[in-house]
Amino acid sequence: MTRSNLQITTPSDVSAGEVARAVTGASAEDAAKAEHLGVAASDRAPCCMDREPVVCTEHLTVQYGGQTAMRDVTMPIYRGCITGIVGPSGCGKSTFLNCLNRMTDMTEGCRVSGRVLIDGGDINHGTVNLLALRRRVGMIFQKPNPFPLSIRKNLTFPLKEHGVRSGSQRESLMTTALQQVGLWEEVKDRLDAPALGLSGGQQQRLCLARALVLEPDVVLLDEPCSALDPIASGVVEDLIDSLRGRYTVIIVTHNLAHARRLADDVAVFWLEEGAGTVIERGPAEQVFTAPRHPATAAYVEGRRG
Amino acid sequence: MSDVKSSQPAWMSNRHFDWPDRLATVLVWLVAISIVAIFVWIVGDLVRHGVPHLSVSFLFEAPRDAGRAGGVGPILVSTGLILGVCLAVSIPVGVGTAMLLAEFTRRGGGFGLLVRRSLDVLAGVPSIVFGLFGNALFVIYLGMGFSILAGGLTLACMVLPILIRSTEEGFRAVPDDYRRAAAALGLTRSAALWQILLPAATPGLIVGLVLGIGRALAETAALLFTSGYVDRMPESVLDSGRALSIHIYDLAMNVPGGDGNAYASALVLIVLLLAINGLTFWLADRWLGRRITPQ
Amino acid sequence: MYRPSSDMLLLAILRCLALIAVAIVLLIVVFLLIESLPAVRSVGMLRFFGDASWHPAGGAEAGRFNLTPMLIGTVAAAAGAVLLAVPLGMGSALFCRFYAPRRIGGVYRRLVELLAGIPSVVYGFWGLMVLAPLIRQWQPPGQSLLAGILILTIMILPTVALLSESSLRSVPRSYLDGASALGLSRWSTIRGVALPAAWGGIFTAVLLATGRAIGETMAVLMVAGNVVQTPASIFEPVRTLTANIALELGYAMEHHRSALFVSGLVLMVMIVVIVSLASWINRGRVHV
Repeated sequence: MTRSNLQITTPSDVSAGEVARAVTGASAEDAAKAEHLGVAASDRAPCCMDREPVVCTEHLTVQYGGQTAMRDVTMPIYRGCITGIVGPSGCGKSTFLNCLNRMTDMTEGCRVSGRVLIDGGDINHGTVNLLALRRRVGMIFQKPNPFPLSIRKNLTFPLKEHGVRSGSQRESLMTTALQQVGLWEEVKDRLDAPALGLSGGQQQRLCLARALVLEPDVVLLDEPCSALDPIASGVVEDLIDSLRGRYTVIIVTHNLAHARRLADDVAVFWLEEGAGTVIERGPAEQVFTAPRHPATAAYVEGRRG
Repeated sequence: MSDVKSSQPAWMSNRHFDWPDRLATVLVWLVAISIVAIFVWIVGDLVRHGVPHLSVSFLFEAPRDAGRAGGVGPILVSTGLILGVCLAVSIPVGVGTAMLLAEFTRRGGGFGLLVRRSLDVLAGVPSIVFGLFGNALFVIYLGMGFSILAGGLTLACMVLPILIRSTEEGFRAVPDDYRRAAAALGLTRSAALWQILLPAATPGLIVGLVLGIGRALAETAALLFTSGYVDRMPESVLDSGRALSIHIYDLAMNVPGGDGNAYASALVLIVLLLAINGLTFWLADRWLGRRITPQ
Repeated sequence: MYRPSSDMLLLAILRCLALIAVAIVLLIVVFLLIESLPAVRSVGMLRFFGDASWHPAGGAEAGRFNLTPMLIGTVAAAAGAVLLAVPLGMGSALFCRFYAPRRIGGVYRRLVELLAGIPSVVYGFWGLMVLAPLIRQWQPPGQSLLAGILILTIMILPTVALLSESSLRSVPRSYLDGASALGLSRWSTIRGVALPAAWGGIFTAVLLATGRAIGETMAVLMVAGNVVQTPASIFEPVRTLTANIALELGYAMEHHRSALFVSGLVLMVMIVVIVSLASWINRGRVHV
């Protein structure tokens, strides 16, 4: 059985810690749900096995006010896979992630050169609709950042802004997304309570739901567990695992164990000549067991970094 | 115990008397006490002389005998109208400018700097100069005559810097997380502004409003030659109307025997200021408390 | 760079709104200049400082336009008030920050904020009813430069106190701890560490308070006596530039009115100089 058959919706009676552990075959019901979410069934078919690059960077270099932070990163990212970005802090991992949905635009004095292709289109081209891009490429931050609104509005407000006019459709999409992250049972009785009243782990799952409700293709996760306690971190990790096959996930982490458990592919960032770059990438299995670059070897064995 | 005590070395004993330190302490306490005394003196004087002239009918009656008798009914209405005009104009302009300064301009950028410098100057302009300006522009040049409209517009110019500064601070206090979250979701900046940043910046706006209303209610000099002296009930904002502060001034300076009612009016003005202050913060607490609960 | 049309529209609207503030400043200057022009042209700038007296009602030729006594009145009242208010305000700030027990400090701060919120006309009225009669018992006539100075002092004191306090508050805790760890007394810590570190902010506070004292109209108008003369002592009545405008604009015609706008222009110049000085000292620092 391939991983693409993992069921994504969380059974409502299963505790959050067991999110998405239940494995069943792809059913007609699943296909119907996919239709409902606006994802064509054929789009769902690919999984990590197909090795079809969906995001490609070519000679991507980023400078902050003249200082090069990341140099010459060329990397394909495959559809339906979880790609782990690892490496010591300050070597351009988050910068790389920020390039993929052009969050770099928000930083003053930030210059990006090279290309980022998503589905073959250059996202830095002048005619790109930035809002559509960011809807297609969702992002989760290190610190949970729900809006200071109610739980309900956190999900329905972005939907409304992205043109989902019908209130009942927004409600049903919200319900699905909350179920997907295993939050539905915990919050269904207090959807109008402030989102900031949730615990850290719940907030992070809400943020994930908020990104997923917009039906992205690619989900960027910037150390999503590092601000959480171990238990909440485990829940979120299981959740990320459940995204495999359905979304293309890119996760930055400096927790190696985390990457080892989650990632299909791994890219190791390292500081070379004052700027971060990729020193090794490939299937997780290979990078962790038979690293080619000496720095990678030292890093994965915990001797450096 | 006594053994321990007797073994205390000389340097440890507190016999050394630090004159400058003691003197400074005494002086600082004296200053604080005298400021409290002045406060008590002023407020006590107002209450002592004002309360006997105060009654419910004082608030509703029209002034009689040049204000020596009667109440402040029409004057309160004029004051409210002037304040209303002032806020109706200054809130949209102020919030818009604060949004631009906090969310769309870089610090040190040309346009932002120009606006900021202008606001600094505006904040320092003496109120009587605003009076001259309002008289020349609104009353004469734009032909509004001595009117509540002219007075309100002049006050709007005055409170603008106060309102903008604290609303801008409100926007700056909103964590950047929200902006990044909104951007990452592909929301337009307008949507993020209206739905998230503006509500989150409301405390700053409220503080600005309280300060602005305080300044507007307290203002006298800028109104002397814009909204005028007429103490009749205004029929529209194009009528001249006498603000409460001008009423106090007129009774005190131009009406012999008007002090009783002047005291009462001063007391009303101060209670009004305190009430608006308290009410706004109370409303803000209730309203914002629903939106954001501290963790 | 991609911008959605709704954002472009919003930005355009916001820019227009922000331009209003700039426009108001320009309009103030323009109207002061336009209205001053007739007097400047037919009376001449020199006569505002060289004429024998202030009798502006007689027209451009026969009238007398000397603003100097009022300028002196303004400067004397403001200077006196600042001299008194600065030490008192600093004392108040130090009390709040270093001397007051926590709860008293909080209440005291609220009280100073209330003092800052009392309208100037109420201060003026209190001065007229209480302060001036007190001075009269001692040195007639009571309504005098001294009364003006005292009332202005009370008015600008909260400004000095509150701004200095927030400046002292921004002195990093570690500086003070460092001084305490050296065994310095409270006063030595304040004098040697806190005040020097907060100096820029305090100086700005003093400048802003000076601006307020120069620009204040009602309180001074009500207590200072308003006789146009260069005072020989602090017990004599004076008239300030601001009071002069407030007293005469109501009936002033032609050159007289124009001359009052000239005095407004003079006030404006003084304020702009002070504000520029303050922002120059404060350059690079965020607003208090």
